[in-house]
Amino acid sequence: MDPLIKQILFALLTIFIVLNYGLIVQGIVRKIGARVGRRYGIPFYQPYIDIIKNYSKRTRISHGIMYYIAPVFRLTGGIGLLLFIPVIFGNNMFQNFSFSGDLLLILYFQFFGVLGMALGAAESGHPNSAIGVSRGLSQVTAYELPLTLGVLSLAVQYNTLNVSEIVAAQQGGILNWSFFTNPLASIALLLAFLAAMGRSPFDVVLAPQEIPIGPPTEFHSGFLGVLQLNRAIFPIAKLILFMNLLFGGATNWGELIIKTFFIYMWSVFVGVAFPRFRVDQSVRWYLGVPLIIGVAAVVVSKFF
Amino acid sequence: MSKEHTEKRIVYSPEGDPIEVNPLQDYFCEDLPEVHKASSIAILENFRNWARSRSLWVLGFGTGCGAIEMRPLMTPKFDAYRYGIQWRPTPRQADVFVVSGYLSVKTLKRVIRTYEQMQGPKYVMALGSCTINGGMYWDSYNTINRLDYYLPVDVYVAGCMPRPEALLAGFDQLKKIIREGRGEGYNKYAEEFAWYKANQKKIIKDWDMPDYNW
Repeated sequence: MDPLIKQILFALLTIFIVLNYGLIVQGIVRKIGARVGRRYGIPFYQPYIDIIKNYSKRTRISHGIMYYIAPVFRLTGGIGLLLFIPVIFGNNMFQNFSFSGDLLLILYFQFFGVLGMALGAAESGHPNSAIGVSRGLSQVTAYELPLTLGVLSLAVQYNTLNVSEIVAAQQGGILNWSFFTNPLASIALLLAFLAAMGRSPFDVVLAPQEIPIGPPTEFHSGFLGVLQLNRAIFPIAKLILFMNLLFGGATNWGELIIKTFFIYMWSVFVGVAFPRFRVDQSVRWYLGVPLIIGVAAVVVSKFF
Repeated sequence: MSKEHTEKRIVYSPEGDPIEVNPLQDYFCEDLPEVHKASSIAILENFRNWARSRSLWVLGFGTGCGAIEMRPLMTPKFDAYRYGIQWRPTPRQADVFVVSGYLSVKTLKRVIRTYEQMQGPKYVMALGSCTINGGMYWDSYNTINRLDYYLPVDVYVAGCMPRPEALLAGFDQLKKIIREGRGEGYNKYAEEFAWYKANQKKIIKDWDMPDYNW
């Protein structure tokens, strides 16, 4: 078979596995949230039914061209991010479209969907959408600092901008993980990770019950279905990125699922324990301790 | 259409150029609703109806005392989430419209606008005797008596007020209706649109919106 076609088939397989894993994890996480609140909770397959339901709605209305494109942008952001990350270490096919220097592209691509969504949500004309978008962009600006500093610290430490090489440098035992060799960068990255996952206390963007659900307030039927697909894929892509950067990557799908699940639990447990920050609190918080740790991480990995 | 803000007017741009604005055409969509037939492939439609019945997103409209009976459904004691019933904060994404109690003339207008913004297939659940025959407000000067003169109601939950258990039974009934393919209330609304609109306009004197709020 032509290697390119094989590569594309494996990319589709990656998307398929990650989508299903994402939907099931989403159900399980909501179940955990319910159990913390002493409820029984939804069945773990509820996200599947919700997506089928949304696609089988019979009417949909439009607010304009950007409104149509926004969910597509959002999904492109999720799938694009996933396909530029080497998913399984040591497997040529599941490297997908990773290349030397992909770390910079990934940092940019994380925000591709957010910006597309900002345009679409603005066109829907709903005031809550505009509030959600402005909150989202200010919070992104805030947590981007510790995130980028942490990533730079790792790049300086391993002297590379390639995720595969960062993973390769961490092989050979748990103590080789960046989590242990570069604890300052790990703390900065894991704190930024909390906001990147958009869970409480940093869920100022969707903010249920407050600004109903922020940017997607006006999105419905199939549009919402596309957004839901992205909501399954995007967090898993980010989890795989953090696993690659800090926890030594994965050499098979089983390892990947175990590691990403526990990384996800970090944001879930923080989420069920702490109530939502106001947007000014969350922005100020990221410009405080996480930023200082991030700067320290770069300094330490450069000079020590 | 007597309200000032729906009338044609001229506004001026920052450069001083006049712009004619016709709010009903420029800000609203004047199209009327259409009937959307179910798919003719039975197995596909059954599958979709199953999904619709297992994933009911609720828009709660707390008009009267019934609103207080909806909240316990989210709590550990009743926990409606395990039946696939979830609350949505926006009409665009909701499937079930729960009208919880008496409707004054003023709230009826908001109820109609909200219902029309929901995307079909959509269902209406009416709580309490107030929505059935007016209940204790049957001779009030500013409440309506029968909700199904104004909106197609799928399920009534009787009582004054119905307890959360009764609501759960109502949701069960609604699921049965959807699975049997009888949850076509919004098509009925589109078919008999003129009759519903005439009833609504009889009650709402200051009608200042387009006939269908998309």
